[in-house]
Amino acid sequence: MLYTKQLPNNHYSLKKSIALIDCNSFYASCERIFNPKLMGKPIVVLSNNDGCIITRSSEAKSLGIKMGEPYFKAKKIIEKNKIKVFSSNYSLYGDISQRVMETLVKFSPEVEIYSIDEAFLSLNGFENYELNTYCSHIVEKIKKWIGIPVSIGVGSTKTLSKIANNLAKKNEDYQGVCILKEWLDVKNGLARTPIGDVWGIGRRLSMFLRSYKINNALDFINTDKGWIRKNMGVVGEKIYLELHGISCLELDLMPTNKKNCCVSRSFGKSVNKLIDLEESVTNYSSRAAQKIREEGLVAHSMNVFILTNYFNRREKQYSNSIKLQLPYPTNDSLQIVKNALLGLKKIYRKGYNYKKAGVILNELSKSSITKGLLDYKRDVSESIMKSMDLINSRYGNSTLKIASEGVENKWKIKREKLTPSYTTNFKDIIRVKC
Amino acid sequence: MFKEKKIEIYQNKSKKQIITTFFQDSVSAGFPSPATDYMENKLDLNEYLIKHPAATFIVKASGSSMSGAGILSGDLLIVDRSVSPRNNNIVIASIFGDLTVKKILKKNKSFFLVSANDEYPAIEVKEEMECFIWGVVTYVIHKTTT
Repeated sequence: MLYTKQLPNNHYSLKKSIALIDCNSFYASCERIFNPKLMGKPIVVLSNNDGCIITRSSEAKSLGIKMGEPYFKAKKIIEKNKIKVFSSNYSLYGDISQRVMETLVKFSPEVEIYSIDEAFLSLNGFENYELNTYCSHIVEKIKKWIGIPVSIGVGSTKTLSKIANNLAKKNEDYQGVCILKEWLDVKNGLARTPIGDVWGIGRRLSMFLRSYKINNALDFINTDKGWIRKNMGVVGEKIYLELHGISCLELDLMPTNKKNCCVSRSFGKSVNKLIDLEESVTNYSSRAAQKIREEGLVAHSMNVFILTNYFNRREKQYSNSIKLQLPYPTNDSLQIVKNALLGLKKIYRKGYNYKKAGVILNELSKSSITKGLLDYKRDVSESIMKSMDLINSRYGNSTLKIASEGVENKWKIKREKLTPSYTTNFKDIIRVKC
Repeated sequence: MFKEKKIEIYQNKSKKQIITTFFQDSVSAGFPSPATDYMENKLDLNEYLIKHPAATFIVKASGSSMSGAGILSGDLLIVDRSVSPRNNNIVIASIFGDLTVKKILKKNKSFFLVSANDEYPAIEVKEEMECFIWGVVTYVIHKTTT
């Protein structure tokens, strides 16, 4: 390779192409699929428990709604502008995401699913002029097949593809596809990218860099490499090289096994009775157990934690967590719930208002290669769990549940503005007039 | 002085069944099933009805305007969004943002959304309706018994 100290950029366009596909205001777009009336209208989607705003459609953005803002704070603008509000409908978003990813796999043999609404694709072997056509085709196909608008940014590294993607989103002239392959385009793109928008540079770092008059990504790559290494370490140097078109972050094609699995939620309203905590902990433990079963994993140990509302300073505060060794590695809901409840009893203290509880399953390993010494009932437990999962997948989650989950569930999260699970439950499929 | 010691020995009576699925016929049970060599997979309706899983959605029909096309209220419709709509296709269309099941008809440069029931007039598609085709209906699932 030619790249030494000076990083000459004339060979720029020869290197590989990485595309970042990002769904535009993904959760809002999912809601629009089954409700075309919402097209062009401002929408926000709330986090679990209807707490904060986690997705804004572009229309809502331009009305001044901020990302992560608490719902109650934004209520005024929302009501004044008749912004539509939704609770997050993860069964819908998860299904739509899977459809998008399934479609993307057809366009490249190398795909890294980066998050629910983003994926990296390697598009090597395309000439630059072909890339635009190919990417526009991907945009069109996903819009037509699934109804989700996406933006695509292409660069020779992941960090550059992120920058290209941001530009594609911000500027309508790109029509959803921005390709930064020629050095001149890259330089232009970097100049238009505020330093805080560069992947890996957070608020603190961007404040630090700004104090040195490094305001955009172009300023950054024109800085001395030694200075960057000295002040930002290896991470900074990687960003520097990536922005120069030298790839330091490879595509992660094989999803690595999860090391742990956490299910925790804030309650709809705070609870103080042990029974309510027991119900929620049962619910979260069996959900966590189900999750690791889906991936063929077993847990060796687990943590249970509870905490009061930190933001409510007038109330007495308490939080605690306990680690429990499971008698043998398992993914059996009954076993896991039993242990979780034992742990909960040990850390529960009377007289506090609890706001949140959670369960973490630790030391996960493949169930096929892990057998414990006392694990002689594995096949019985496996067949019970299999039937339970089958029934719940056929008739809807929680058709069959552990009794200690309770019925009334006072602690259950608030989801007052939830749309139906259009794609995952026969009871909820959309009715179309004819 | 020794007390007599009594030891009782119990045998573990295991009821555990060991199932091996290696062979479909046991060798000693006489004549082997002549069908073994011809075993195929079971019929899979998903595979038959859904050609593009990522682009296929299931919706429920409600109303009688398409009765002439064999779509009755309560039927499930398989909608494939990857199929490009053609003349005479039954589609899910969005008119003024409402989804509806209709047949597309092209007549001298104008498009109509027609019902399959004389009581419902055809709708001529106009710009202001913000009409678009949401997907093409590829199959109807109708329950015959009530």
